[in-house]
Amino acid sequence: MSGWDVAVVGAGIVGAACASECARAGLSVIVFDRGPVGGGATAAAMGHVVVMDDSEAQFALTSFSRRLWRDLAPELPADVHFEACGTLWPAADEEEMAEARRKAEFLRGRGLRAEILDEDGIREAEPNLRPGLRGGLLVPDDSVLYPPSAALFLLGRAPRNKIVLRTGADVRALDPDGGVVLGDGSRISAGLTVNAAGCWSPDLTAGLPVRKRKGHLVVTHRYPGHIRHQIVELGYLKSAHSVSSDSVAFNVQPRSNGQMLIGSSRQYGAERPDVEFGILRRMLERAALYLPSLERLTALRSWAGFRPATPDKLPFIGPSADNQKIWLATGHEGLGITTSLATGRLLADMILNRPEEIPSAPYSPARSLPEDKAHD
Amino acid sequence: MSDTRSRFEVVVVGAGPAGLAAAAAAAECGRRTLVLDATPWLGGQIWRGREAKGGPGSAKRWLARLQAAGAAVARQTTVVASPGPGVLLAESPEGPREIEWEKLILTIGARELFLPFPGWTLPGVVGIGGLQVLVKGGWPLAGKRIVIAGSGPLLFAAAAEYRAAGADVVLIAEQADLARLVRFGLSLPRLAPGKILQAAQYQAALLGVPYRTGCWAVSAQGADRLEGVTLRSARRTWTERCDVLATGFGFLPNLELPRLLGCRTENGAAVVDDRQESSQAGIFIAGEPTGIGGEGRALVEGLIAGFAAAGRPERAGRLWRKRRRALAFSRAMDRAFALRDEVRDLASPETPICRCEDVPRRDLEKYGGWRAAKLHTRCGMGPCQGRICGGAVEKLFGWDAASNRPPVFPVSIGTLREPDPRPSGASD
Repeated sequence: MSGWDVAVVGAGIVGAACASECARAGLSVIVFDRGPVGGGATAAAMGHVVVMDDSEAQFALTSFSRRLWRDLAPELPADVHFEACGTLWPAADEEEMAEARRKAEFLRGRGLRAEILDEDGIREAEPNLRPGLRGGLLVPDDSVLYPPSAALFLLGRAPRNKIVLRTGADVRALDPDGGVVLGDGSRISAGLTVNAAGCWSPDLTAGLPVRKRKGHLVVTHRYPGHIRHQIVELGYLKSAHSVSSDSVAFNVQPRSNGQMLIGSSRQYGAERPDVEFGILRRMLERAALYLPSLERLTALRSWAGFRPATPDKLPFIGPSADNQKIWLATGHEGLGITTSLATGRLLADMILNRPEEIPSAPYSPARSLPEDKAHD
Repeated sequence: MSDTRSRFEVVVVGAGPAGLAAAAAAAECGRRTLVLDATPWLGGQIWRGREAKGGPGSAKRWLARLQAAGAAVARQTTVVASPGPGVLLAESPEGPREIEWEKLILTIGARELFLPFPGWTLPGVVGIGGLQVLVKGGWPLAGKRIVIAGSGPLLFAAAAEYRAAGADVVLIAEQADLARLVRFGLSLPRLAPGKILQAAQYQAALLGVPYRTGCWAVSAQGADRLEGVTLRSARRTWTERCDVLATGFGFLPNLELPRLLGCRTENGAAVVDDRQESSQAGIFIAGEPTGIGGEGRALVEGLIAGFAAAGRPERAGRLWRKRRRALAFSRAMDRAFALRDEVRDLASPETPICRCEDVPRRDLEKYGGWRAAKLHTRCGMGPCQGRICGGAVEKLFGWDAASNRPPVFPVSIGTLREPDPRPSGASD
């Protein structure tokens, strides 16, 4: 047949990683995005590469992907701003300390580095955190990066002429026989199509249970050294899991230029992309509770974006349930930067019938899903 | 809480000519009115320093009228966000303030337009208006050789001020062609008779200073700081030795706050109706944000907005004729000082376009639009938030660099955050 081996819809970091892996395996790939590269959730994201352990499947995907990022680190250009700064999880009380210890054991038991800090240890690690914290967990091999440049790098990393990129191209529909139909009605044929359109993926694959989950971020002036690690409250787990209500959690990131990113918030049912002041204030209030010095620092800009969320907090990676020519790589919610590389690798393994480096079954679009409790 | 939150029938943001006129008009109609400004003085950039010194002219008259009308005044108060419908959040020396409004008038002025050229970031190359501010603040200019290159009537006013401060103004280079300026000059008796006297005064003050039209700076040279500027006209290219190059290509409306509030903009200006009301009911916009027009247009639009916001449309209506004349004058100015294509496109591949993030033209032009360029180069993401490079990329590449994200100006996180903190842990 004529056309491309693979058509990828969505040039976010997940689409870019899928396209890159396919092209590096020798397939010809065309990538579409209605906006620029990395203009959706990728642009709105913090860029935290983090191992998470909500479930074994989440751990498998995040830890595999973190390893791929670390392997790739020497090749990353300066504008990706990759920094292996680690994640610090402060524990406010004995209950959170117990959670920190549990997490540490979980990670160590699987061969990853994790360090328990006591009161003095956390004070030394992050002197600007509020006094009186009980301790914390340091995960030294987590890192941060600038996602839009990472997406662009992944697309450019493919061998010459193997990836054609069409930005500003509105894909109206996926062709059930492979390929896409563009907004002007023209058809581009391909052996198979990957729906990596994130929050917009249900527009192209009807019935896909991916919902928008809104988030806000604030960026500050440059304060080099003010914080040294990505710092995330352990309560983040509670707020990230709450599927019904709006929530905020303390989550700050040092950028390599000295700026800090301050998050995070999670909302269902918010359709407009504007910054919402009420939630922004709650988020900053939460942040100042942990990092009181923030009060005096200057905010430059805030923004909001949408994460593509699934009912069981795991992405869809693999052929769609009813059509083997339409594949999915979507629903990564707040972990798309971390898990993009593993998603691309796994997808290419499946397409090419290579041995899978981690089992793909937990991410199969055909898996059974819990009822979507978040429906308002 | 009570002193951090206040409520007014009419709130005017910006105390330049348009804002003073709007606040005076609304207060004269008996409306409880507040006018606020980020500066410590009233009068905006154009009347900077007039409040303290007094002196002749319209500044004094309008300040007196505002005082007589009894509007409340808040200085050093910067609006940074709109936390909800009918509320503004401002930063002030006393801390954060929430100001509730029934009618809002935005008179937030304009900023200088800078067009990048090779060498424009050398120390010694300054903005025309910026240098005026420095001179008023006592910055020493005596004996300095200054070239002024750019466009618009501000070139004369600035040259007169620099000269009064002891500078040796070597040359005023106006990019517009003489033929256009002559047509504009001939239209002055009809459009704005008062301007002729002003022009004559500048001429006297600038006796002996060469004024070249159809002439522009193509590059600035110097090792560590400015040593000279290369200029070009239709006939020749030459270099003038100088210590300071003051440059500026007119003004760009400030539109961040109108956009944040959802007011429609078109072709780089806010859209308003006959009563100066924007696309958002209850929000009026007057002066430069509706289109660059200078003091005269700002004053009449400010009055109309003030009367309309106060519910006195008949008083506003009486000023329409005057506004028509002001609009005709500003359109004639636009035509006279229209930017020639050459000055939009002076930057070399290496010339920095975004000064905050140090992004050269070469890195930008690979991208098809502002959003892609911004995402991948971080252009416009620095402290000025695209206020300088945004105008440059609009003229250079035709990109729309509009932004509507809070805060409107960089602000302390303490100001953005809830004024009455909840107990800890209340968020989950």
